[in-house]
Amino acid sequence: MLKLAGLSVKYGSFTAIEKVDIEVNEGELVVLLGANGAGKSTVFKAISGIEKWSDGDILFNGSSIKKKSPDRIVKAGIVQCAEGRELFGGMTVYENLVMGAYVHRRKKAQVKKSLGHVYDLFPILQEKKDSAAGALSGGQQQMLAIGRSLMSQPKLLLLDEPSIGLAPLIVEQMFEVIQKINEEGTTVLLAEQNANAALKIADRGYVFESGSIVVEGSSNELFTNDSVRKAYIGA
Amino acid sequence: MPAMTKKSIALIVLIIGAMVIPFIIQNEYWLHILTLSFIWSIAVYGLNILAGYTGYLSLAHAGFFAIGAYALGLLTVKAGLNYWVALILACIITSGIGLLIGLVALRTREHFFAIYTLCVGYVIYLVIDKWDSLTGGVRGLIGIPAPSNIGPISFQSAISQYYLILFFLLATVVVMYRIVHSLTGRTFIAIRNSEELAQTIGISTMKNKLTVFVLSTFFAGLAGALYASFIRFIGPDIGYTTIIFDLLTYLLVGGIGTLAGPVVGTILIVSVSQSLQFLQDYRMLIFGPMLTLIIIFYPRGIVGMVSEWKMKWFNKKKKAPAETWKSTYSDSEDVREDKVKEG
Repeated sequence: MLKLAGLSVKYGSFTAIEKVDIEVNEGELVVLLGANGAGKSTVFKAISGIEKWSDGDILFNGSSIKKKSPDRIVKAGIVQCAEGRELFGGMTVYENLVMGAYVHRRKKAQVKKSLGHVYDLFPILQEKKDSAAGALSGGQQQMLAIGRSLMSQPKLLLLDEPSIGLAPLIVEQMFEVIQKINEEGTTVLLAEQNANAALKIADRGYVFESGSIVVEGSSNELFTNDSVRKAYIGA
Repeated sequence: MPAMTKKSIALIVLIIGAMVIPFIIQNEYWLHILTLSFIWSIAVYGLNILAGYTGYLSLAHAGFFAIGAYALGLLTVKAGLNYWVALILACIITSGIGLLIGLVALRTREHFFAIYTLCVGYVIYLVIDKWDSLTGGVRGLIGIPAPSNIGPISFQSAISQYYLILFFLLATVVVMYRIVHSLTGRTFIAIRNSEELAQTIGISTMKNKLTVFVLSTFFAGLAGALYASFIRFIGPDIGYTTIIFDLLTYLLVGGIGTLAGPVVGTILIVSVSQSLQFLQDYRMLIFGPMLTLIIIFYPRGIVGMVSEWKMKWFNKKKKAPAETWKSTYSDSEDVREDKVKEG
């Protein structure tokens, strides 16, 4: 479904990621592990079309997305849920969700259906639909950010560190929902530092270190890999 | 919702108030000042949808105002067109030039955008000032006709001009209200919040920025065209850069990014400024500190200040949770936003 072939991204003379190869098949839940600054977010920005890349290519369903603008990429079915729960703070929960369906704005019935689906996944959002988004708790904000991404009915969902800054119990709930989203048919590419939680729900994973992939394999392989355990699981 | 009805009652009272003012103020000079501030308000609304809601501070809008004014002036005086045809054409010409300039200007952002548009505005002024054969240069353009009759309605008297311009102002406010409360308006606000975030949810930011830029030049052009037929004389000065800073002052004092801000700020500053005529240029000694204080304490201007007071009073009275904010303060999104951050 998604294929990164020898992708390199440079910020000026600094190489943020170098010759990265990643493949995500339809229906999979794939995790990118790595510390801060390892290049996970850069990969996501490249896939979303926000960051231009210097070498290599990104193929989505077989065709290159190099020349596509970010909004065309969302229309094609890839949506990113950015790190840090970025919301439209002054808008209500409902307005934020409707904004997420921007690419389908003319199909009212479809928007309504997606909204129902998001409310089913996160009942709290329905309860708080008229609250200002900025007034939500951290966990609720993250739910809203994910919910808003789902409003565009993506084929591939990119989740950038959804667990960051959340209480452990909330993290657990969050990963349950992510698994559910994946089981319902959305392919998920997840960037995480919380390897323990992420590998439990993922099919496969890649480990990033200073801009390159150092290890890749199935979740089990990574879970039992010594260097991964040492670096990210701490046992 | 009682808050909503209270608001619409206040609005109806204001509109009726504006309708009967010509009968209360018999002084033609003040009616003239009020009409003039309505015209400026329309231009400030144009600036507000761009700078206030989308976050792109254009300093070229005095230039677009002048383009609208000169387009109307030239089309009526030199080409001899019917006033209403010329008015429509003036708005189209201004928006067309806005489209071309927007295509280039919107490749820059933030202060680069402001500086670039400042230069554009100055170039427009220079073109008008130096293109003697077309614009009459420093001598200006005289003999611009007043709006021609529509059936039995004539626009020769001061009062009828007042009503005509009040009509255009109300139409502008209605259009702005509809935009701001639509998905399109929220798209603009989304771009102001974060362009990158807007892109990641599938908003074509360039297309939307261009739309809002053209829209805002349309209103600047409309205001300019109305100005030309109201004053009946235009000179290159109306496109000079000081004008854009006047417009910006009206907007900041009234409340940037609010629906009522442009008209509140413009009427207030224009009338205060007229009352202080005897102080001549020393008036600026009052306006400078006033503007600074407002920006320090109430970044959303007078309208933001009133909303904040209302919100405090409302919260104290009802201990209302965040949910109720929207209905009461829907015309100043940013006050809500700031409050949320503080809380």
